[in-house]
Amino acid sequence: MLAEFLQYLFTGITIGATYALIALGFTLIYNASHVINFAQGEFLMIGGMATVSLTAMGVPMAVAVVLAVILAGVLGIALQRLAIAPAKQADVVTLIIITIGASIFIRGIAQLVWGKQYHVMQNFSTSEPIQVFGAVLNSQSLWVLGVGAVMVVALVLFFTKTLIGKAILATSMNKDAARLVGIRTQMVLMLAFMVSALLGSVAGIVVAPITFTSYDIGIILGLKGFVAAAIGGLGSGVGAVVGGLALGIVEAMTAGYISSDYKDAVAFSMILLVLFFMPRGLFGAKIVERV
Amino acid sequence: MLKIMMRRARKCAVVAAAGLMMMSAQAAEPIKIGSFLSITGPASFLGDPELKTLEMYVEKINEEGGVLGRPLELIHYDDVGNASSARNFASRLIRSDRVDIIVGGSTTGATMAAVPLIEQAQVPFISLAGAVVITTPVKKWVFKTPQSDRMAAERILTDMKDRGVSKIGLISGTGGFGSSGRTQTLEVAEQMGMEVVADVTYSGSDTDMTAQLTNIRNTKGVEAVLNFGFGQGPAIVTRNYAQLGMELPFYQSHGVASDSFLELAGSSAEGLRLPASPLLVPDSLPDNDPQKEVVQNYKAEYEARWDSKVSTFGAYAYDGLMLAVRAIEEAGSTDPEAVREALENIKGYVGVTGEFNMSPDDHNGLDADSFRMLEVQNGEWNLIN
Repeated sequence: MLAEFLQYLFTGITIGATYALIALGFTLIYNASHVINFAQGEFLMIGGMATVSLTAMGVPMAVAVVLAVILAGVLGIALQRLAIAPAKQADVVTLIIITIGASIFIRGIAQLVWGKQYHVMQNFSTSEPIQVFGAVLNSQSLWVLGVGAVMVVALVLFFTKTLIGKAILATSMNKDAARLVGIRTQMVLMLAFMVSALLGSVAGIVVAPITFTSYDIGIILGLKGFVAAAIGGLGSGVGAVVGGLALGIVEAMTAGYISSDYKDAVAFSMILLVLFFMPRGLFGAKIVERV
Repeated sequence: MLKIMMRRARKCAVVAAAGLMMMSAQAAEPIKIGSFLSITGPASFLGDPELKTLEMYVEKINEEGGVLGRPLELIHYDDVGNASSARNFASRLIRSDRVDIIVGGSTTGATMAAVPLIEQAQVPFISLAGAVVITTPVKKWVFKTPQSDRMAAERILTDMKDRGVSKIGLISGTGGFGSSGRTQTLEVAEQMGMEVVADVTYSGSDTDMTAQLTNIRNTKGVEAVLNFGFGQGPAIVTRNYAQLGMELPFYQSHGVASDSFLELAGSSAEGLRLPASPLLVPDSLPDNDPQKEVVQNYKAEYEARWDSKVSTFGAYAYDGLMLAVRAIEEAGSTDPEAVREALENIKGYVGVTGEFNMSPDDHNGLDADSFRMLEVQNGEWNLIN
């Protein structure tokens, strides 16, 4: 009984931690620009696929990971410079549509370069599962949780302790005022895209040994990440983490105790319920209109 | 009197001359083989090897003098895995290209979309798609080369029964392939007096099936587990199965019978069994196996020509084309009704997929034994029986 519950919990937390990392990426860009970046899932895919293909070329794992993350970061900057920046006068909805276009473009390129097959990545450490009270935990799950926690702490420090982080926060609060005090807001936007690309690619790399990776893995994971961000309240870091974990756990519990047929239905009903009673999500900022 | 006879003779001569002229015209005219395949798009892993196979063997047959002294002409279209364009292309093949026979339809959806048109136009059609609905109930003009999922279910359950299993846990994908396989498994199990005690599903985009497998593991009485699915899902199921340390006999369907599955599942696949085409183990077939030579030749020729790995899907096209050629030869013409009848009466054609014995009640012609039972040992496919 306990073993069963623990098993579902482990499954839920692992996948939930991935959702949380993706949701954080959404949150970052949303905060800096109020744009929902639907290419977030593609950063995830680039991370996983680049690591797999680099290791296949004989590059050591650690180096491959670093290179893949850098590649994703460059891609994030390119996305902002080449697709978002030229349309800076456009309104937010247009920008969101641009990110959807960009995601289709990136996926198309990835399909050409890497083909359509699924690829395997080895577990970072042992592939022997760990036994906990009768439940089994994939050692990679610990990596996902650990790396997720480190990323969250790093982000908190980045936003509270560094000038650049504070500049991003300032821009998100009031773009005009931030510009008046000398913050280069375009630069800040670019940074936000880069950081969220880094986050996404790291998430993509740590989960790849569990989920496999392919050119289109970003679609569904990106969507789930967005759901997590919306449940937690767009723009809230805590919300992204809580929303991601909650979504993952609810999915796993439904699949285990009720039926996997209803898994997605329950997840999406959850977002409806939350948004119905708390339109800004669990931790969304209360908007106060000043007159 | 004489006059009448003369007139009759002249008439005969005219008819004979006209007949001769037609014959010679026909001799030069190619036999048109039409095809609509999913060459690009999500089902391209089916359509691509199928087209390559058709192209290469049409070329080869023409080099060897064609069929009935006439060359073959392959007219093909790409339906991109889309059922409605499959229907349009089938219509174009029939109405404007006026093909003599159609060999194609990579997916069940594409095939079924084209079937009403083809039945109406009365053109012989050999489908390359798997589901049991294509030839059950029998449609007058429709034939198919792959085994159906029902046969796979029969083969698997028979093997389980031989191992003394009577209660099984079933985990299937919710996609077309998985859900059709699930239905067939439930039916076959009932017929064979076996019990499906756990029945869970996963969707194609799921990334972790531990919860579903835990559910099966905690169901009392499960003696073996079967996964019916397609794509990367079954590989994840296989890995989770190993991680959970489940030791029950584990079966997969023919949907994952390819080397790329072994690559994805890695060492977790050790010991699992599945029904598959002999094409996966050409060299371990016994020498008295009538298929051995056909299978080895097809593999060697395909890999030499295209420099890529042979796939079971291409083999469906090989069998489809060879059945068509054989039927046309047997009929001695391309008259649709004659070809159809010849197709229906083909007996003992040894193909790559299996030995075909068509009949008016069976437009597939294969039995469950055409599947070979394979077990993964040391990361390789091994022939069990």
